[in-house]
Amino acid sequence: MANNKVLFRIQRFDPEKDEKPHHQDFEIELAPGATILKTLHQIRAEQDPTLALRYSCGSAICGSCAMKINGHAILACKTQVSECVRDGTVRVAPIGNLKILRDLVVDIEPFWESLGKVKPYLMPKGAAPDRERTQTPAQFGSIDPSTTCILCAACYSDCNALEVDPSFVGPASLAKAHRFIFDSRDAARQQRLREISQRTGVWDCTHCGECSTRCPTETKPLERIEEIRVQAMADGHHGNAGARHALGFRESVGKRGFLDENWLALRSVGFFNLPGLISLMPVGLRMMIRGKMPPLIPHTIDKVDEVKKIFARFEELRK
Amino acid sequence: MYSHDVVIVGSGLAGLRAALELAGNLDVAIVSKLYPSRSHSGAAQGGVAAALGNVDGDSVEAHIYDTVKGADFLGDQDAIEILCNDAPRTIYEMEHWGCPFSRTEDNRINQRAFGGHSYLRACFSADRTGHALLHTLFEQTYRQGGKLRLYSEWHMLRLIIEDGICRGVVAMNIHTGKLEVIRGKAVLFGTGGYGQAFKITSNASANTGDGIVAAYRAGVPLQDMEFVQFHPTGLYLHGILLTEGARGEGGYLINAEGDRFMSRYAPSKMELGPRDIVSRSEQTEINEGRGAGPNKEYVLLDLRHLGAKKIMERLPQVYNLAKDFIGVDCTADPVPIQPTAHYSMGGIPADNDCHVYLDEQGNHVTGFYVAGECSCISVHGANRLGTNSLLEALVFGRRAGKKMLDDVPRLKLAPVDEQREISAAQRQIEELYKGPATEDLDTIREELKQTMTLKVGVYRDAGGMEPAQAKIKQLRERFAKVRVGDKGKSFNINLLEALALSNMLEFSELIVDGALAREESRGAHFRNDFPTRDDNNWMRHTLAFRTEDGGHELRYKPVTVTKYQPEERKY
Repeated sequence: MANNKVLFRIQRFDPEKDEKPHHQDFEIELAPGATILKTLHQIRAEQDPTLALRYSCGSAICGSCAMKINGHAILACKTQVSECVRDGTVRVAPIGNLKILRDLVVDIEPFWESLGKVKPYLMPKGAAPDRERTQTPAQFGSIDPSTTCILCAACYSDCNALEVDPSFVGPASLAKAHRFIFDSRDAARQQRLREISQRTGVWDCTHCGECSTRCPTETKPLERIEEIRVQAMADGHHGNAGARHALGFRESVGKRGFLDENWLALRSVGFFNLPGLISLMPVGLRMMIRGKMPPLIPHTIDKVDEVKKIFARFEELRK
Repeated sequence: MYSHDVVIVGSGLAGLRAALELAGNLDVAIVSKLYPSRSHSGAAQGGVAAALGNVDGDSVEAHIYDTVKGADFLGDQDAIEILCNDAPRTIYEMEHWGCPFSRTEDNRINQRAFGGHSYLRACFSADRTGHALLHTLFEQTYRQGGKLRLYSEWHMLRLIIEDGICRGVVAMNIHTGKLEVIRGKAVLFGTGGYGQAFKITSNASANTGDGIVAAYRAGVPLQDMEFVQFHPTGLYLHGILLTEGARGEGGYLINAEGDRFMSRYAPSKMELGPRDIVSRSEQTEINEGRGAGPNKEYVLLDLRHLGAKKIMERLPQVYNLAKDFIGVDCTADPVPIQPTAHYSMGGIPADNDCHVYLDEQGNHVTGFYVAGECSCISVHGANRLGTNSLLEALVFGRRAGKKMLDDVPRLKLAPVDEQREISAAQRQIEELYKGPATEDLDTIREELKQTMTLKVGVYRDAGGMEPAQAKIKQLRERFAKVRVGDKGKSFNINLLEALALSNMLEFSELIVDGALAREESRGAHFRNDFPTRDDNNWMRHTLAFRTEDGGHELRYKPVTVTKYQPEERKY
């Protein structure tokens, strides 16, 4: 039946032959209920045994088979082909932000290394009791989402912040950090919050939400990142650029109903941080040359009282 | 050539737990064809058993008895005593390492019902308990910093045993295709089971029996290979596991008529009978025409009465699997299920300290140890109780670690003829490129899996298994005509698949022959032509030895009984 035919456009790369990745098309007769993984195996069996990919459990728990379909990371084993066909074609590529080794296989080592940066193990409170440590169902519930992470790296693949700054620890590592920060049995919450508030940590996320959109589990890294930020602020971890930026943002908008970007940049870096301030100069100069510099004299919007009311109401609700 | 004190093959619960026992004291390498967090231990869902008594008056003794009975009296009772006695300590240890466990209202580890257990004994983390335990151990490896050397994505091809002394392994770096000898004073296998030989299976693609076959080819016998557990709730056609915890939480099994058929097979335990009995009951319903669906090929797991709240809180993975893989919303509709090959009771024989046996006389292989599903110690006998496998991997992984810690100071790095070992592995690979390509790898694998599920599955008899035996023999001949199509060095999945199929063909023969020889029905092994248990002749373990000509010979050894004499098994 012609209507069951689909074109798989697969990104190929053979390190022994190719200088750069290219595409190869495979026309395939879809089996009913076919998943991406089963169809790739079908292609391997019927057309090209050299297609390389990772896979194992086939039931969405081992995290091996993350790959990009139509430009976005998914788990191949649990994704129905029927949901991915665009104009008769499914585009398949390896996950992003990692070096391609062969076809759909990437060098995943940087991902494991990033995980190591958040001290991904319990640092327990006191000596172990004879029995289990107690924990309320609600305390378990607070780490329930972040402990569902299967380390598939789908979030790492599609993270926009990582794309521009590979030193960012990335969403999965932050979700792992969350799992300990909010674990009632962990003794190192403040140490963790302090460390994760520094550069490459929780404030380097740009809030694009790709990680949570791509996450195949309930981990939803962006939500976990926000919970960490709120906790870090509540616990007074303000001595870092991320926190200063967030506080400055609120101050500027709350006071003038307007974001004073010049002031915010200085506020984030720290007014007395000379090297930091100097580091802003090249950006500032480029902005000036291109005419993108915001007005140097801040103004206040007309109905700033309305904005202030919103802030006051929010503060009330928060209490 | 690399050298370490201890070489652990497999990075699931057993391998990692052993490694953590040794880290800092010995130089330890972990060789795995996957990365640790991707090991199949992570797929276990419903729980891990321990008589904590957090929610009822459970006792270790009850756990022992339930396990002995569940095993249909083929388990070695001294080993079962160790397993159950050490269970509470094991759970507390994992909790202390940070494993997230679901909690009771009084803030302790919660426990749920499971098949064949007479108390609420399964400690759980929602319905991803294996995942929680595996990730906890993986986290602990980070805590060890550089003290553990990980060889991740290395495929082990050969185990080196000479003069009864284990010397190391030959493995291929999957990234480069390069073969290397990794020497060790001690080698531990935690390489998992062999469920991939079946068409309908809950097992990962990785579970191709690599460890057991490497041991067997190196001269180690394999024990009780005919005992393969079929899990009652595999997702229809996919075989994907839906946890027994779904029934532990109160789920029903119904046939096409909506009848809770377990009332006719296990009237007191109903859906929480042991897995062998529930799987057979389902298969009987299907065989007798009471299956559901257009072809009456499946029965149904009904969770609707549990309500969406409980399902989402306790069984979220079950909900997602049913929705994602077959589009069924289990809060609104019953889920089509069928028995699925799930657990390998058989494996590499070892004593209670995981030291591998060379024969039925109790002689050992110096420096070779096993733990977890690849081992046959035997705590599960003829049928494993749900939640005892995660426990076994942890308890015996630790015991293996302790034993190696004791033994290694007395062991030397035994000499290895590196060139000869590499050449042997090289030949093993080259053979796969020499065939005339008149046969196809995927076809042979499919035919093997079909044969095993249809003829050596839930119900067996000579009428089905004799043709199956001939079929596998023929498939092995046809396999020689396969030629691997991929000549690449890096990530040659095609070559890895061929190596795996070669393993599957080798051990499948042992499953069939062991099952044909065993003219009785016990636990997961049910013979239509010998439907009763025969304690006079068959209360003994099968041992399959490889012979010079590539064939094999079956021998037997007695079961260890301490307290519980065999009795009729009713639920």
